[in-house]
Amino acid sequence: MEGAAISGMEIVPWLAYAWAGLLAFAVYVYVVLDGFDLGLGILYPFYKKKKDRDLLMNTVAPVWDGNETWLVLGGGGLMAAFPLAYAIIMPALYVPIIAMLLALVFRGVAFEYRWRTKRWLKYWDMAFIGGSIVAAFSQGIALGALLQGIAVDGRAYSGGWWDWLSPFSLLCGVAVVAGYGLLGATWLIMKTGDDVQSRARKLGWGFGLATIGFIGAVSLATPFLDIEYYARWFQKPGLFVTIPMPLIIGAISVTMLASLRQNHHEYRPFILSLSLFALCFVGLGISMFPYIIPPHVTILDAATPFRSQIFMFVGACVLIPLILGYTAFAYWVFRGKVDPDEGYH
Amino acid sequence: MLFEGFDAILLARIQFAFTIAFHFIFPAFTIGLSSYLAVLNGRYLMTKDEVYLRLFKFWIKIFAVSFAMGVVSGITMSYQFGTNWSVFSDRAGPVIGPLMAYEVLTAFFLEAGFLGIMLFGRDKVGPKLHMFACLMVAFGTALSATWILSVNSWMHTPQGHIIAENGQFMPVDWMKIIFNPSFPYRLAHTLTAAYLTTAFIVGGVGAWHLLKGRKDNIGVQKMFSMAMWMIAVTAPLQIVLGDLHGINTLEHQPAKVMAMEGHYESHPEGAPLYLFGIPDDETQELKYKVGIPKLSSLILKHDLNAPLDGLDTISDEDQPPVAIVFWSFRIMVGIGFLMLGVGLFGLWARFRKKLFEAKWLHRAMLIMGPSGLIAVLAGWITTEVGRQPYTIYGLMRTSESASPLEAPAVGASLLAFIVVYFFVFGAGVFYILRLMNHAPVLGEKGIGKKDGPIRTSGITPAQQVEEQTDMDEVKK
Repeated sequence: MEGAAISGMEIVPWLAYAWAGLLAFAVYVYVVLDGFDLGLGILYPFYKKKKDRDLLMNTVAPVWDGNETWLVLGGGGLMAAFPLAYAIIMPALYVPIIAMLLALVFRGVAFEYRWRTKRWLKYWDMAFIGGSIVAAFSQGIALGALLQGIAVDGRAYSGGWWDWLSPFSLLCGVAVVAGYGLLGATWLIMKTGDDVQSRARKLGWGFGLATIGFIGAVSLATPFLDIEYYARWFQKPGLFVTIPMPLIIGAISVTMLASLRQNHHEYRPFILSLSLFALCFVGLGISMFPYIIPPHVTILDAATPFRSQIFMFVGACVLIPLILGYTAFAYWVFRGKVDPDEGYH
Repeated sequence: MLFEGFDAILLARIQFAFTIAFHFIFPAFTIGLSSYLAVLNGRYLMTKDEVYLRLFKFWIKIFAVSFAMGVVSGITMSYQFGTNWSVFSDRAGPVIGPLMAYEVLTAFFLEAGFLGIMLFGRDKVGPKLHMFACLMVAFGTALSATWILSVNSWMHTPQGHIIAENGQFMPVDWMKIIFNPSFPYRLAHTLTAAYLTTAFIVGGVGAWHLLKGRKDNIGVQKMFSMAMWMIAVTAPLQIVLGDLHGINTLEHQPAKVMAMEGHYESHPEGAPLYLFGIPDDETQELKYKVGIPKLSSLILKHDLNAPLDGLDTISDEDQPPVAIVFWSFRIMVGIGFLMLGVGLFGLWARFRKKLFEAKWLHRAMLIMGPSGLIAVLAGWITTEVGRQPYTIYGLMRTSESASPLEAPAVGASLLAFIVVYFFVFGAGVFYILRLMNHAPVLGEKGIGKKDGPIRTSGITPAQQVEEQTDMDEVKK
C-alpha cells in the first residue's frame, strides 16, 4: 500500500530478463556438470569390475560436490528472483522433486560410503546407480511437466499432485537419462584410457544415438502440446529458427558420433555433447519465453521488484565469475587422465 | 488412502522439523570440524610435528563422510521451502530469497570448490595452496551459517521491509534486514554451539581411546588435550552468550521467554525460576512446579524484584505450545551447565597433571561426546517452536504459510524422508563411529590414498613402513 511511495518497488524488465538469463545459465551449468556425474551412475551397470567402478568415481570425486551446488543455486536463485514461480512450480512438481532429492541423497552418500565398507559395497553401488537414474529421470519429468503447462489459480498451484504425469513428461524423463549417459560417456573418454575408455566410446554411441532420437521426439512432440508452442515454432519469425535448428543439431550429431570412433578425438565428443545440450537449451528458451511457467505466468509476472532483484544481481555479477574462476582452477588441479592405480580415495 | 484425514499443515511441519533436524546436526559438527582441521593443518605446517598431520588425516576421513551427509540433506532444505511452504516462499521470497542466494554464491560454492583440493589435493597443489583450501572450507562453512542465521533471525525479528498489496514482504533496507535485532546474538550463540559440539565429539573420541588404554598414543593425547582446552574456553563463553541471547529474546519475543520459563501468570514483584513443572496449555497453568523465587527476574532483568509479564497477557491463539519450549529449553541449559562442569573438571585434571589418567573425566567426556548435538537440537526446537504460531514473528502465521497440498502427498513424502534418512544417515553414522574407533596411528593414511588401513582388514607392519615413507614425502 505504501509501496508506491518508496523508490525501487517497481518491476524492471531488463533486470527481470537478466535474472531469467542468469538462472537459465545456472541450470545449464548444472545440467552439464552434474549431468556427467549422474551419467557415470547411469553407466555403472556397464562397468562390472570394482577397479573400473573405482576409477569412474574417482574421475569426479574432487568436483561432484561443486557440480551439485549449481542445483542449489537454481532453486535458491528462483526463490530469490521469482518467488512466485518457485512457489507454484515446487508444489506442482512435488512428486518428481521429492524423488529427485531422495535420489540425490543416495547418489551423494554413495561417493563416500562405498569406500568405507566391503560388505555393503554392492549396495552402495546400487544406491549410486539407482540414485543417478532416478535423479536424472525426475529432472526430465520436471522439465516435461513444466513444458506441458501448470494449472495456476491466483498466486498458487491449483492442480492435483499427479498432474505432472503424462506420456510427454515420461518421454522427457527418459530423454534426460539418455542425455546424461552421453555426457558421462564422453567425460570418461577424456578422463580415462585403455579398456575403460574404449568401452566409453561404445557406450557413447549407444547413448548418443538414443539422445539424438529423444531430442527429435521431444522436439516433435513439443509443438503439439496444448500451448502456443506450435505458433511459436511454425510461424514467422520463429520459422527462421525452426528451419536451421534440425540442420545444426544434425551436423553436430554426425560430427560427434564420428569423433566417438576408437582412437580418435578425446575432447571433441565431450565438447560436442555440451553444445548439443546448449542447443536444446536455446530451443527450450524459444519455446518458453516470455513465460516462466507456461501457459500462465510470465517472467515479469513472477519477478520481484527492483530493490530485491538488484541486491542479488550485483552480487551475482561479481561472484559468479569468481566461482567460475575457482571452479575452473579445481578442474585444472585434477586435470588429465585419472590413474587407475592411484585413485584419490 | 493413507494419510487421508490428516492435517496437511501438521504433516508439513513434522516434515520440515524432521528434515532440518537431521540436516542441522551435520553442519553443527562440520563447521567446528573444518576449523579444527584448518588449525591442525596450520600447526603441522608451522611445527612439522607429525602428530598434527596424523590427526588431520584421522579427522578428514570423518569430515568427508559428515560433509557429504550435510550436503545431501541440505539440498533437500533448499527445495523444501517451495514444495511444502510455497505460500511462505512466495510472500517472504523477495526478502529471504536473496539472502539464501547469497549463501549459495558466497559460501556453498566456496566450500564445494575447495573441498576437493582439501581432501585430495595436498600432493597436487603444494602445502600453501592446500592450507588455503582448508581455510576456505572452514571460512565457507561459517559464512554459510552466518547467512542462513540472518534469514532465520529475520523470521524471528523482522524489520527493514514493507508488506505490498499482493501480500509479499518487500525489502526496503537490506542492512536492517540482514542485521536484524536477534541476528548478532543468534549467530554468536549458534556458531559457538557448533565449535563446542565439535570439541565434545573430538574430546569424546579421545576419551574413548584413553579408556581403551591408548594413552601412550600422542595423537590420542593431543586431540583430547586440544578438545579440553576448547571446552574450557567455549563452555563458559556459551553460557554468557546464551544469557545475552535470552535477554534479547525477552525484548523482542516476550511470549517465547514466557513459554521457556513456564510463566503462565504474570509476576509483578519478581518472577521465580521454575526448575520443574508440567505445563498445561488447556488450563494455562504449570502443574507440580518447583521453583526458586525471584531468580528468573534476576537472570532476565538483573533485578530480584523486576516485574515479568506472563502468558496471561497474551491471547491464547498467539501463544506458542508451552510444554515443548519449556522442556527443550531445560534440556539445552542442563547440558550447557554439564558442559561447564566437564570443562572445569578438565582444567582441574590438567592442573593436577592427570589429564590422561583421570578415568572419571574420560568416562564423563565419552558420555558427553554427542551432548553438543542434543543441545543444539534442543536449542533449535526452543527458538523455533517458541516463535509459533508464526513463521514470520507477529506478521505471518504458520497456518497461512503451507503449500496447497493434499495430506496424502505430504504424508507420503514424510514417510519416504523418514525411511530414507534413518537408513542412509544411520549407515553414515555407523561408518563415522567405525572410523572413530580406529586410533590415529603413526603415518595415518588420509583420504588421498587408495588402500588406507580402514579399508583393509588390519594394519600390517609393512604398510606402516610404506606409510612412513609416504609421510616423509609429504614433509618435503
